[in-house]
Amino acid sequence: MSAITATSAAGPAAGSSIRSWKNPILLSVLALVAVAVFAIGAPGNTATFRLSAPNDVIALPDLVLSARLVGWMCALTLLAGAAYALAAVRRSEPVPGWVLAGFSALFVLGFLTWVVGSARTPNVALYGLLAGAVTLAVPLIFGSLSGVLCERSGVINIAIEGQLLFGAFAAAVAASLSGSAAVGLLAAAAAGVMVSLVLAVFSIKYLVNQVIVGVVLNVLVSGLTGFLFSTVLSADSDTWNSPPRLPVLPVPFLADLPILGPILFKQTVVGYLMYVSVAVVYIGLFHTSWGLRTRAVGEHPKAADTLGVNVNRRRFINVLLAGVIAGVGGSFFTLVSVSSFGRDMTAGQGYIALAALIFGRWNPIGAFFAALLFGFATNLSNVLSLLGTPVPDQFLRMLPYLVTIFAVAGLVGRSRAPGAIGLPYVKG
Amino acid sequence: MKLELIGITKRFGSLLANDSIDLVVEAGQVHSLLGENGAGKSTLMNVLYGLYQPTAGQILVDGHPVVFNGPGEAMAAGIGMVHQHFMLVPVFTVAENVALGKESSTSLGWLDLEQTRARIIEISTQYGFDVDPDAIVEELPVGVQQRVEIIKALVRDAQVLILDEPTAVLTPRETDELLAIIAQLKADGKSIVFISHKLREVKAVSDVISVIRRGRVVGQADPSAPTAELASMMVGRAVSLTLEKTVAVPGERTFVVDGLSVTSAHGQRVVENLSFGIARGEILAVAGVQGNGQTELTEAIMGLQDHVSGSIMLDGQQLIGRSTREIIDAGVGFVPEDRNVDGLVSSFTVAENLILNRYSHAPFARGLAMRPSLIAKNAAEKIAEFDIRTESAAAPAGTLSGGNQQKVVMAREFSRPLKLFIASQPTRGVDVGSIEFLHQRIVAERDVGTPVMIVSTELDEVLELADRIAVLYRGRLMGIVPGGTARDVLGLMMAGTPAEEALAQHPNRSGGTQ
Repeated sequence: MSAITATSAAGPAAGSSIRSWKNPILLSVLALVAVAVFAIGAPGNTATFRLSAPNDVIALPDLVLSARLVGWMCALTLLAGAAYALAAVRRSEPVPGWVLAGFSALFVLGFLTWVVGSARTPNVALYGLLAGAVTLAVPLIFGSLSGVLCERSGVINIAIEGQLLFGAFAAAVAASLSGSAAVGLLAAAAAGVMVSLVLAVFSIKYLVNQVIVGVVLNVLVSGLTGFLFSTVLSADSDTWNSPPRLPVLPVPFLADLPILGPILFKQTVVGYLMYVSVAVVYIGLFHTSWGLRTRAVGEHPKAADTLGVNVNRRRFINVLLAGVIAGVGGSFFTLVSVSSFGRDMTAGQGYIALAALIFGRWNPIGAFFAALLFGFATNLSNVLSLLGTPVPDQFLRMLPYLVTIFAVAGLVGRSRAPGAIGLPYVKG
Repeated sequence: MKLELIGITKRFGSLLANDSIDLVVEAGQVHSLLGENGAGKSTLMNVLYGLYQPTAGQILVDGHPVVFNGPGEAMAAGIGMVHQHFMLVPVFTVAENVALGKESSTSLGWLDLEQTRARIIEISTQYGFDVDPDAIVEELPVGVQQRVEIIKALVRDAQVLILDEPTAVLTPRETDELLAIIAQLKADGKSIVFISHKLREVKAVSDVISVIRRGRVVGQADPSAPTAELASMMVGRAVSLTLEKTVAVPGERTFVVDGLSVTSAHGQRVVENLSFGIARGEILAVAGVQGNGQTELTEAIMGLQDHVSGSIMLDGQQLIGRSTREIIDAGVGFVPEDRNVDGLVSSFTVAENLILNRYSHAPFARGLAMRPSLIAKNAAEKIAEFDIRTESAAAPAGTLSGGNQQKVVMAREFSRPLKLFIASQPTRGVDVGSIEFLHQRIVAERDVGTPVMIVSTELDEVLELADRIAVLYRGRLMGIVPGGTARDVLGLMMAGTPAEEALAQHPNRSGGTQ
């Protein structure tokens, strides 16, 4: 302990950092891919991006790009970016963040232009692509907020998947039985809390390894809901598994804004709750005494304890709150997206949410944008497979997972987890 | 505030950590608890601070009995504690750390740190602390972090301040500053409980000294009592505080480090351009406050660091780039700084730990098979030679006391002819009796003509063993001075003053014994 504090404090000389060639090499490879595919392999026609739907109140003109011109421009700029990164590392300087951000954006633009241009129908609705990305990101965002709450207080939450799935199941059953989507929403929150309760009791009170409890919970929920699905729900799906959908509540006028309107102002209750949750968790964590204590408990529980903060109670409460959030996220599957429960319908989204949380550096806003990125990748693969692109469907479906692994391991560098994450707190 | 402990007993299972301890701390008094590591000082203070419940006994505050069910209640009663390992959240600002647990909020529920900032600045000015409330704690020097701990207690109106081994991580100059702060707190009517095993500081700061040994108060002493008397009270028998050591006869310089730099995994230069040599039959002590590159230096020599440049030559052979196994086989003996983590396998027996560096060689191995009878015979010899107190050679090493564990490590490393011996913190957490013995063994190794390198953060140990002293500060060498150089000079060097300047500031005290 003291060695750690002393090293960071008594301060070793702040010298030059180790040269890491990871970034420039990755950028160079991507830039070469861009030259070969986006520029040299560019189709001769144009790619059309529609910015507004035909019957929108405010109509924007279509964006028509020459695939060859944009391909070459992107490829050359990407090459320049890679060269800049190489030069920076040669000077033993880190690659600046804006280079990485600009590089990523240009690469996406180049890819989109190329892939849309080469498709059988070289025409895509950009507004739909973005709105769909947000929709697909909703459960991811709830899941990663649940993770933020748990992990900031020092409890690893692998059980996001289970919380989402149980939330989806409870929402479907409760809404079907009562005929009210609102009841379904409440049931989803309660179901998330039930999963959290088991996680909290075993990991905080009985000090069981948090990762193991989480994994076991996921398997348990999957098995339990799968069993009930095949016995009860399938037998009489009219009674048990036909929940009413949550209505979309457009905000007058604002919902008609091009591109942003459908994303921000044409959502269901769950969609609006998602934006509210991000703001509340962010403000709560960084601007209230509750958040200060939560972060203290996750970073250095003993310090918090010596100041009279009840570490385990705080963790317990946070894990339960996390259950509420993830449970509500789960209701998205059965009350918004599809109006019936299906076996294992969350399909690993809880794990992607976990990745979004890490990519977002345990910050609610970071996790929000990370989840949006994953949602975008998923939606892109859906849309592109419909357009009939030259890339095989199977590869497109790998896209979100490729983005996940690169995002977490590669470009962003190492993010710092809360200091006491995964460590149960025992007094004395 | 007057604080009384009456008959405090604390039992952990079969271990009696505190045995009916009585202690009275008067208002405006500095009361020192002197005792060796493991004597029960910290346990007693954790009982007082509400972290442990006493098995028996009573705590009185101003004559009224109190029970503390947690640190919060102890704090409310006016007791503050500065822990040996600071209880600070490293990624928080000073203000956030101070506010934690008693935050104030605006009417909208937002966190309000303004009052805390104002209090920090007020206390900081009053005591001359120079602490910025918005600094991130992990970026502050250790001495300043300690002041943040003191501020935390003062903000909570502590009348009794417990300081647990407060000087362990400080430079000599920071120690002096801390002692001045204590005097000022005392003048303001605060009571101080000062816990230490360092005799010099205890004598300098105390009004009353209580000596604790094996969980009992064995007596009270006056600060003017002679050092030897205090030491023998603490240890329980007469100890010689000075080591019998002849003048070194340095031979050929067989170990030469040239331009050594080490970069940490986080990209920081932790050792920068070090050059020094050690001759056969000489002890070079590397002094410095903990965390100034000593660990990385020894690990670089042992091949345990990844990003190393420069040259490390032993008998004309380059060590950089070789595996740790090859370096050990080249004749380097190494006592790591944390014996529980790197020095021993606690769950292995004493006999097994004694051959960890030679288990694959003859005579202990034959082909793939170990030879238990020879391993047992070796253990019996070493246990006798090093006076290792253990139930048997088959006892797990983790069951031994700190001093005896260190003897096992030392016995193992000395059990083969060495071309270089490195010991990091050779006597940390070791009882005074064993310290004498271990020091004698180190000097004996020097006298057979091995170059010896000692890394220690204890100035007493450095001065006792060293023929020459190298001082590290932030990974850089501040200079190499003769053994017996004045403490003031070494203190300046440990705080970052180069040797020539430090010597110039104390011209009449530079006379070494060389």
